[in-house]
Amino acid sequence: ILSPHCFQGGGLWDSLSLTSLPGRMFCVYPSTKTYFPHFDLHHDSEQIRHHGKKVVGALGDAVRHLDNLSATLSELSNLHAYNLRVDPVNFKLLSHCFQVVLGVHLGREYTPQVHVAYDKFLAAVSAVLAEKYR
Amino acid sequence: MVNWTPDEKHYITSLWAKVNVEECGGEALARLLIVYPWTQRFFSAFGNLSSPTAIMGNPKVRAHGKKVLTSFGDAVKNLDNIKATYAKLSELHCNKLHVDPENFRLLGDILLIVLATRFAKEFTPACQAAWQKLASVVAHALAHQYH
Repeated sequence: ILSPHCFQGGGLWDSLSLTSLPGRMFCVYPSTKTYFPHFDLHHDSEQIRHHGKKVVGALGDAVRHLDNLSATLSELSNLHAYNLRVDPVNFKLLSHCFQVVLGVHLGREYTPQVHVAYDKFLAAVSAVLAEKYR
Repeated sequence: MVNWTPDEKHYITSLWAKVNVEECGGEALARLLIVYPWTQRFFSAFGNLSSPTAIMGNPKVRAHGKKVLTSFGDAVKNLDNIKATYAKLSELHCNKLHVDPENFRLLGDILLIVLATRFAKEFTPACQAAWQKLASVVAHALAHQYH
């Protein structure tokens, strides 16, 4: 069970460093760019930031509905299963980059306890996104 | 042989110079045991690992973390020869310690997160990419002698 007190969102979820999340992932894991041939992938493009906002918004939604992830993410689940068909290995790559950004943003406040809570949360979100794949 | 650009070498060596090996190593190992509790299977002789607080305060964890990260430093000092640098350690991890190489990848990712919390300004995407590559090369080298 994820204890909600670990998720003190607020300003963090709107921060610029989080919207640059996809950009960081593209830089660290270039293979992830293969899902975005239609994007302007230059560093910090408007498209990347816009997409970052969408992803972070969805994660923020998930944080607010920890006990109901399947229902909350149902539409996104459908999208990833039938439309996007992103190989689930990439959820791990994005999750790792997300944690790096959290580490950069929170510093010492990203304690081991917060770390394990987020690792568990991101794994749960990833599982829900892939649950309709087959 | 791994191809390192001058930028990658710079990101790696300049950040490494700032790393407190005992603190970062101890913290990385502690986080591994906390975030992925099944990794505790290798450390039954370490005493109290019953809670995050116990793990973070455990002197054996700290000491071993320091040992592991010190060894990681050998990669930084031998970027052009990492596979050879870890040949013996690879045999040890396979034949004596029986460690699933997946654990090297887990620890590598944890180390990067620890670095991110301590060096926020330096840990740009490009810096992370260089370190991600280093962690992956080290993990690969440690797994290389497995049979």
